[in-house]
Amino acid sequence: ITHTHTHTHTHTHTHTHTHFLGQDPYREDNTTAAELYSKVRILCWVMTGPSNLETKARHVQATWARHCNVALFMSSVRDDGFPTVGLDVKEGRDQLYWKTIRAFHYVHQHHLEQADWFLKADDDTFVVLDNLRWLLANHTPEAPVYFGKRFKPFVKQGYMSGGAGYVLSKEALRRFVEGFRTQVCTHTSPVEDLALGLCMEKMGVQAGDSRDTEGRETFHPFPPERHLMENLQRDYYYPTYSFYPILLGAQSCSDLSVSFHYVSPEEMYVLEYMSRHLRPYGYRPRYQPALTVWNRTEPRDG
Amino acid sequence: MISESSSFVKGMMLGGLFCVFVTFIGHNKMGHGTKAHHHEHHHIQAPNKEDVSNLSEGERMELSHSIRVYCIILVKPKDLGNWAAVKETWSKHCDKAEFYSSESVKVFDSIVLNTNEMWVMMRKAYKLAYERYQDEYNWFFLAHPTTFAVIENLKYFLLKKDASQPFYIGHTVKSGELEYVDGDGGIVLSIESLKRLSKIFEDPDRCPEQGGLIWKLSEDKQLAVCLKYTGVLAENAEDSEGKDVFNTKSVGSLIKEAMANHPQQVVEGSCSDMAITFNGLAPNHMHVMMYGVYRLRAYGHNFKDALVFLPPAGSDND
Repeated sequence: ITHTHTHTHTHTHTHTHTHFLGQDPYREDNTTAAELYSKVRILCWVMTGPSNLETKARHVQATWARHCNVALFMSSVRDDGFPTVGLDVKEGRDQLYWKTIRAFHYVHQHHLEQADWFLKADDDTFVVLDNLRWLLANHTPEAPVYFGKRFKPFVKQGYMSGGAGYVLSKEALRRFVEGFRTQVCTHTSPVEDLALGLCMEKMGVQAGDSRDTEGRETFHPFPPERHLMENLQRDYYYPTYSFYPILLGAQSCSDLSVSFHYVSPEEMYVLEYMSRHLRPYGYRPRYQPALTVWNRTEPRDG
Repeated sequence: MISESSSFVKGMMLGGLFCVFVTFIGHNKMGHGTKAHHHEHHHIQAPNKEDVSNLSEGERMELSHSIRVYCIILVKPKDLGNWAAVKETWSKHCDKAEFYSSESVKVFDSIVLNTNEMWVMMRKAYKLAYERYQDEYNWFFLAHPTTFAVIENLKYFLLKKDASQPFYIGHTVKSGELEYVDGDGGIVLSIESLKRLSKIFEDPDRCPEQGGLIWKLSEDKQLAVCLKYTGVLAENAEDSEGKDVFNTKSVGSLIKEAMANHPQQVVEGSCSDMAITFNGLAPNHMHVMMYGVYRLRAYGHNFKDALVFLPPAGSDND
């Protein structure tokens, strides 16, 4: 099918030219991604607040949150327009664990059957959902496990960085809620990720290994530039926190990275473009893992 | 004596005016390709689905190897950071990439041109490239060290184009009657264009090395002027949706503009899926682009491409 159309160029005149209408010249085959979408259902809830809706949460909504099976935005205040869920807490860094507790309880109460895995992210976290599905594909949501960027201090099995995002299996979510019902877990501290990590350990939920088959990290507590370009082995805090050995340069980030943190609104769109749009035509990547990886609900060495 | 010198001055003035006149006329009617009407845009598109139907693996590899791109990167000592970044990133994907520098630099090998003037650098680089490589490469891509290029997308773009035809492609700009390729987005010449260019270089009236025009033009404009004399016209490169594939700005800049101008369609309305170049990148950004282009991707989306490109040897950031 051909048709002609006029279009105005940046200069001050118009002209016509003929071109073939947009059949996708690439012949994209999305069947694997579509299969994973239906088999590995992920509910995403994004921690945000009234003052961040237009400046941050909106751009999450316009980019990666669209690829969740269910996406919820959690705020202190309900906003039907955005829309956000109102958690009836105050805003502020010291309220983060309360928000998290309330958010997971809300999800458990209203959305448990709609998903298999439950992801928490911040409004400055960027997530590649398709890669998260690949990671989770060979795990069962009935196993008590959660994944994220694993930190080592304070909790024996480690805990997951809040900013880099973490994902709970359905069973893990059930145990989190159960922990509060039985008061095994309480609001111990405002440090959300650490407090959640302690609850997980108490409830027998395993801290999973989210690295790819080459041992490269998939969840990242910083934007890509910091991981790729800085020597984080020499950072003051990072070696104390990072559970696994810190790899440098290209090895710091998996091809199938799941998340980055401290991502600006503009960078949300840039990462969406890079991960889902721009690609080198015909290029065979070095890393091409199969869908079925080894069962990693058992701990690996190190 | 007085009358002689006044004749002399009159003669000089007349001569000068004549020069200006001839230059103006020259600008207004040249080259074969000009069509009937004055305002004209040349747009050139990527191949579409029909072009790239069922080929065997062997045919695809053969086709991929038939498009051979030689990359010229013009550098100066002040560009050292970017020079290093280009060396370590995208230039590894050219069939051959060479750095042409204004002066010699200890840290890196380069082809030394012994001039600081961009136009002279460009001439010398193209001349040398033609002399040495006319039989080995069919496409010649020239870039500045602030530019990032995806050579695979360049090759896909050139897939159905016959290099024995005079192509001069990039991000075009119109300046009066002159349409030229903006050097910031990268300049693509077919071997035929380079051949014609090499010839016109020897014409000091039409394509002088120094000071031929009264107002000094930028080197990318001068290139367009010279090529126009040989019948080669600039063409703007677009994808099947009409989006530019050669960009004179960075992804970040284009995204920022899109967020302001069309916030409902930021990504879809701005950058092409098969973009070839971006410009204005600092060295760190080049490395991040390398990761973003060649490595970071969303699992489960597969493509039946007509070309096959393998990762280069001795590299780990792609």
